Amino acid sequence: MIINFLYAAIKAGTPLLFGTTGEIMTERSGHLNLGVEGMMYMGAFLGFYVGFHTGSLPLALLAAFAIGLFAALIYAFLTVTMMANQNVTGLTLTIFGTGFAKFFGESMIREAGGSPKLADSFMTTISEKPIPVLGDIPVLGKLLFSHNPLVYIAVIIAVICSIYLMRTKAGLNMRAVGENPAAADAAGINVTLVKYIHIMLGGGICALGGAYLSLINGGGIWNNSSAVNGQGWISVALVIFASWSPMKAIYGSLVFGAFSVLQFYVPKDIIQIPNAFYVMLPFLITTFVLILASMRKSKEGSQPAGCGVNYFREER
Amino acid sequence: MGALGSRTKQEPFIRVVKKTEISIGKTFLLSLFALIAAIMAGGVFILAIGQNPIDVYITIVKGAWRSSIATKGTIKIAIPLLIAAIGITPAFQMKFWNIGAEGQIIMGGIFATYFALNFDYLPHGILLLLMFVAGMVGGGIWGLLPAVFKTRFGTNETLFTLMLNYIALYMIRFFTEGPWRDPASSGFPKIATFSENARLDRIFGVHAGWLIGLVLVAVMFVYLKYTKHGYEISVVGESINTARYAGMNVKRIVLRTMFISGAICGIAGMTQVTGAAYTLGEGVAGGVGFTAITVAWLSKLNPVIILVVSVLFSMLDKGCSVMQSTFGLSSAVSGILQGIILFFILGFDFFTRYRFVFRKAR
Repeated sequence: MIINFLYAAIKAGTPLLFGTTGEIMTERSGHLNLGVEGMMYMGAFLGFYVGFHTGSLPLALLAAFAIGLFAALIYAFLTVTMMANQNVTGLTLTIFGTGFAKFFGESMIREAGGSPKLADSFMTTISEKPIPVLGDIPVLGKLLFSHNPLVYIAVIIAVICSIYLMRTKAGLNMRAVGENPAAADAAGINVTLVKYIHIMLGGGICALGGAYLSLINGGGIWNNSSAVNGQGWISVALVIFASWSPMKAIYGSLVFGAFSVLQFYVPKDIIQIPNAFYVMLPFLITTFVLILASMRKSKEGSQPAGCGVNYFREER
Repeated sequence: MGALGSRTKQEPFIRVVKKTEISIGKTFLLSLFALIAAIMAGGVFILAIGQNPIDVYITIVKGAWRSSIATKGTIKIAIPLLIAAIGITPAFQMKFWNIGAEGQIIMGGIFATYFALNFDYLPHGILLLLMFVAGMVGGGIWGLLPAVFKTRFGTNETLFTLMLNYIALYMIRFFTEGPWRDPASSGFPKIATFSENARLDRIFGVHAGWLIGLVLVAVMFVYLKYTKHGYEISVVGESINTARYAGMNVKRIVLRTMFISGAICGIAGMTQVTGAAYTLGEGVAGGVGFTAITVAWLSKLNPVIILVVSVLFSMLDKGCSVMQSTFGLSSAVSGILQGIILFFILGFDFFTRYRFVFRKAR
């Protein structure tokens, strides 16, 4: 049962891992994008739409990624170039993205004359199946090597992002931009370009999380009213929990995923806690993490110093 | 001369310079321009989905005001939006990024509901007054909490208030499934509908929330513009160091302002449960807290403009609900149009603060 629980936790945590990794990339470059929910919605719709019409998983993911790039481009243009308020722009992106997905989602339903359902061959591609040999290992085989392909993609992206951030020159430059754009500018880094690249990249990764939700969690059927349903906001919370590190986001998403399925695995006759408490738990813990980090005044594990503030070169 | 020549060569072609000051008339003109551009961009979108933009726009406006029922519906949508946006205003004026209106609305609703469920034997006026105060206290506490941690430990208020939204949301679920569950409803757990005594009175057919909203517009306008508190808020917003140097107690100002901000959002929650829904459900805020932030910002934190903008937004919402029957289009189009309008106004705002300087031709 514990194995089943952890397995379900991984499945539930993966969309969060996409969203969190994406938002970490964005915030590390100095921009708090509250549009994660909206970008995930757009990714959820387009990923499903393309998967529905082409039956190709790579194309579906590519489409989701592309619309994430586009949505984040709007955000980047407004906040980096036009120096608009980041909070407000992000919220607007959420309003826009949610409207976008629901609007076109409904047209898709009308076109299909009912709830669109992914082809069986597509469902086989995204189904959970053990990797040959590795999947046969007892316990570990089920836990680590028997997932749907998107789970591996999420982990690989998070690992790559982590290495990129911490081990490469470009990653270092990007962190410098997020911490102190003026200093980075003085050091000859093209602040605007760095910000654009990472905000867009982050948006693309977030949108993949949306595609995960509509393709995997939706069970192959498009759900117009709640395709994303707050997972984007949980991802923003998870960024804090993971203290802005993609590597920690992997564990973090597992923990958050575990919370979200915990209520189905706790023996109700022994431990009686209201269900609402389980869903509230991730947010409560994140709040404590946030408070603790600020109390310790630690530079590490707190929000990048330049995050939330637009950089205007002539204002020093 | 040679040195100077090489310097001009290195000067970028376009440069952004901060504007010192801009007249109100010019700001208005720019906003109007942004709005027109936004409406045109929305039109391009409508054209792209194969509809006539002018027809669609006319339908939206007509849809919102076509009958007295529709008009009342539009106003009903506007009430929580207006009150919450007014609530956001002092916090944002102080550059305290209170993203927690959603949670503050919910807490106001929860506190008010407590009295509606347990004290409905009280005289109507006293009960409603109690609920009103309870709503303010509930929202106020939810606004105060992040301010306490911000002033004490420097905890990031944007993220903190964001978390509090969800803690509040799941508190509703807790009360719905637990202590406040209506024993009379067998199936899906829900909170009992308020008795007639605990419902907000209607004035001209719409619950009295609109009057509360209008009063708040006037009060907030005066509060920000003509009182010592309002002055303190704008000084803290401009520069905390300046405020300190002037001998202001920054901590107290932040705490006070955030309590007020949360309390007003709490009123929005109170009017929602007692005026619109007659019960407490998870949709009590339903994203209004987030939309209110964009409305307040869009209105440049001016209470009077907030009134206009929140009515316009509600018109869009209500008007789009008839799109389904008229054009067979999803009412979600309102989110897209709101998004486009906001994107444009956010973008155009740039020109009120900055200007481009082109490299001088030699």
